[in-house]
This record gives sequence, C-alpha cells and structure tokens, in this order.
Amino acid sequence: MRFHTLAALLLLAGGPAAAQTADGPLLAGACAGCHGVTGEGGHGIPNIYHMHDRQQFVELMRAFRTNQRPNTVMGRIARGYTDAEITALAAHFARAQ
Amino acid sequence: MTISRRSLLAAAPLGAAILAAPTIARAQNAGRVVIIGGGFGGASAARFARDRFPNLDVTLIEQGRSFTTCPYGNLVLAGRRTVESITFGYDRLAARGVRLVHQRAAAIDPQGKRVRLADGAEVPYDRLVVSPGIDLRWGAIEGYDEAASARMPHCWTPTLQPITVLAAQLRAMPQGGTFVMAIPDNPFRCPPGPYERISMVAEYFKRHNPRAKIIALDAKNGFSKQPLFQEAWEELYPGMIEWRGASNDGRVTAVAPAAMECVTEFGDRVKGDVVNVIPPQMAGRIARDAGLAAQSGWCPIKPATFESAQVPDIWVLGDATIAAPMPKSGFAANTQAKHAIACIAASLAGRAPPAAVYFNTCYSHVGEDYGISIVGVYRGGERLTEVEGSGGISPRNSALQGERRAEHRRLEALYADGWYDAITGEMFG
Repeated sequence: MRFHTLAALLLLAGGPAAAQTADGPLLAGACAGCHGVTGEGGHGIPNIYHMHDRQQFVELMRAFRTNQRPNTVMGRIARGYTDAEITALAAHFARAQ
Repeated sequence: MTISRRSLLAAAPLGAAILAAPTIARAQNAGRVVIIGGGFGGASAARFARDRFPNLDVTLIEQGRSFTTCPYGNLVLAGRRTVESITFGYDRLAARGVRLVHQRAAAIDPQGKRVRLADGAEVPYDRLVVSPGIDLRWGAIEGYDEAASARMPHCWTPTLQPITVLAAQLRAMPQGGTFVMAIPDNPFRCPPGPYERISMVAEYFKRHNPRAKIIALDAKNGFSKQPLFQEAWEELYPGMIEWRGASNDGRVTAVAPAAMECVTEFGDRVKGDVVNVIPPQMAGRIARDAGLAAQSGWCPIKPATFESAQVPDIWVLGDATIAAPMPKSGFAANTQAKHAIACIAASLAGRAPPAAVYFNTCYSHVGEDYGISIVGVYRGGERLTEVEGSGGISPRNSALQGERRAEHRRLEALYADGWYDAITGEMFG
C-alpha cells in the first residue's frame, strides 16, 4: 500500500498534474498497447512487468526522456509524463500481475 | 487485481486522501454498462472493464461474430499477411464475463436509457459507450456511391468491404498498369493509413509488377509522417510513386467508374487500371441518429472524460469522435476506452473522474524491415492538448547514419508487429 502514500506525498509536493493523483494502473493502460496486458511484450518489445526495482524503472524512463539511452519511441513517450506519473507507473509495474 | 476499499482503509493511515486517489478500487454500486461496437474502442473498453472493475455488468453489442482489423490490412495487399491472420473472434471476451450480443444496435433511447436492437429487443443501461466507427459519405465525391465501390473499392471499412477485394484487383492488374488512389481531406480514419497503403502496394509491385505506377491524388497539401514516407519511397521505390497534393490539383471531386477515372477539382481525368477511392467520412449512423453528432457528422466529447458533449450518460470513443489533436486511430480509441471506463466507474460510485491522460502510437510499414512511427501523449481538461516537448515522428534519415539508420527502421518494423500482437491480444486474447 506504500505507493499510495508516496503518491499522496507527491500530490502534496505539487507538479503539473497536482490536481489529481497519478493513477498508475490507469496510466499503464497505454503501456499495455505495446508491452502487452501481462507483460508478454514480444517482437523485441521488452516485458516491463515484475520490474521489482522501482528506482530502475524511474531511471530508465529518465534516461529515455533525455535520449541518453538509445531508443526508437520511448524518448518521445517518456517526455509526455510527469515525475509523479512515472513514479506511479514504476510502482504499478513492480507488483506481480 | 482490484484493491478493495476495505484493505485500503486498513493499510493507509492517511485516510481520505489515499482513498480518493486510485480509481482501480471497486465501484461501490455495480452498474450496467452497455457498449455499442466491438472494434478497437468497444473491445478495449470491455476488456478493461472486466480486468479493473469486475463489479460492473458489461454488455457488448456487436453485430459481427468476428472482427477484421483495419490496421495490418495493408500488409494483406503486400502479401505479407492473410486476412485470416488479422481476424479475431469474441469468444475470449465472452469467457471473461462480457455479455456478447451479436445483433445490430438499431437505436438509442437516451431518455429511457435503452438500446433497441434490430430484432426489437431492448437493452437497458446505466451508462452507454458508443464506439461505432465511421460511415462513408456516399456521394460526397460525385458519382462515388455503393455501386461504384464494387468497381473502385474503398476497403476502408472491413465490415463493408474486405481488403481482399483490393488485393485481388491489384493481383489481376496488367503489367505496367497504373494504380490510382483518391485520398480525402481531414478528418478521416487513420491519417497515415493511405500512405502505408501506397507503400505496401509499392512493395507488392516492386516484386510482382515492377513497371507499375502509383498515382496518389490527395485533397490535402500535407500528410502524417510525410517527410518520412517520401524519403522512404525515394529510397525503396524510386520513380514508382507520384503524389499530388491539393495545390497541385490533387483533390478528387468526382469519379467515372465505367471509365475507371478520377476527376480532379480542375477537371483533370486520371485513369487507373485499379482505382482505390477513400471517400470523406462521418461518425457511424447509430451515433448520428442518437443526436451524438454535430453538424460535421462527428461526435463532440468532453476532453476530460470522453463523455458525449451532447447527451448525458453516454460516452463516445474512437474514430466517431471529435478528439483532435488525437488522431483517429485504434490505439487512440484503446486509451480513450480505458479512461472512459474509469470515468464511468467513478461516476457510478459518485467519485470524481481520474485525471485524463491519453496516448497514441501509430506505426506504419513502408517497406521490408522499414517501419516508421508517430507518438502522441495527450491531456484532457478544458481542451484536449498534446503534451509539449513529447511525441512526434521517427527521426529523419539525416538524423540517423548508416548502420544505425537501417537498425532503427528495422526495429520500428519489428515493434509494429509487437504492438499489433499486444493490442489485439488485449482486446481478443
């Protein structure tokens, strides 16, 4: 349940989407379009479910944002989300489906 | 997969602030959600509802017993896919607890909150999702009616006309013949679609009819991913493709099917051995008849929720909506659907809707091991806006050198296949 606490703290801390808490499972709906609903990915698209290290997820998305990590679409995608949203997504993907 | 409100209460001492946050908590009141249309919007809505809000009673009204995707239809033209491989059934959705009604939805009664089926039966709803896709505007191009479409196929709505019709015509085309495409003005279903079709027909011709020519007559002066398409065409199919924009008299205003001619705005008559006309479009009839559409024939929605801006308790999804800057695409419909279901669950539980974040990636196959994409992340508040600094198209050739370029294009073609399997797996798997 700790991600709810974290999300609430981020809400209090403010940020572009501060009006409503970042909803990790709902946001992750977009990811499922390529990464699959249960992470099966396929055709080279990685399985991002069961990424138990949330910090790794956050750092990966940050690296995509700046194109520090080579990518085809993930940079363009990562730049669309706030820190709070990426944190919420990290928590969502860390949980077993 | 769902988090009960009870377990949240037990584990979260911050109380109300936490409870207000996730929309994945169960709806307090089970509600009857009826979905019209089993395409990208409707099937995605049904799947998401069963996964995340299992208390909701979900009925999907879809006339067809199978669904052939528009995406990847162009790969049938190239000979890379069979139409069977892009056709899906609804058995798995039914097994997940979606009540499937394989009938035509004839009318919506918004006051009585009922959908009337073609056989007269009525389906009551608490909340209605309308995802009907498009209807073609017959006669908008003079002479292009349903009869004309047998000779000059559109193949832009699989339920009306399967892609195999165009595929067969292309295979029967004489060597060195001409394929003519008439492409409409905005807005229309799938902005990059016609140009992927040009590419896949070119791929087919390159192998089987190398002296064939493609003439694209466009009512627009520019198109989605244009520099990427044109660079690729130059590289892969030099001399085969001629694209004429509106300012170069590319707009087709009439057709003469007997003569297999497209007639342009300024009277040029362009004859083809095979002619593909993609006519202007509008929202599917069920939406228009129910008062969901504006004068334009498309359905206005509230950007924060995708509720109809015109009729209460009805959500409209996908190609039928006015949702610019989101494109009319399957992926867009899929993310709109998920947000709509979350908003419906919230509305049934008397909660505020979640923040609106929508998403799209459109992949296009331009050639073998050559894929390109456009990405969009959107937020819905007072208006629908694209997140500044995000999204956009794949890098141009000038931004990718040598091996990196070939690898990038190859990966995007591969990821396109991954996208297709993932999204169809979500809807129908």
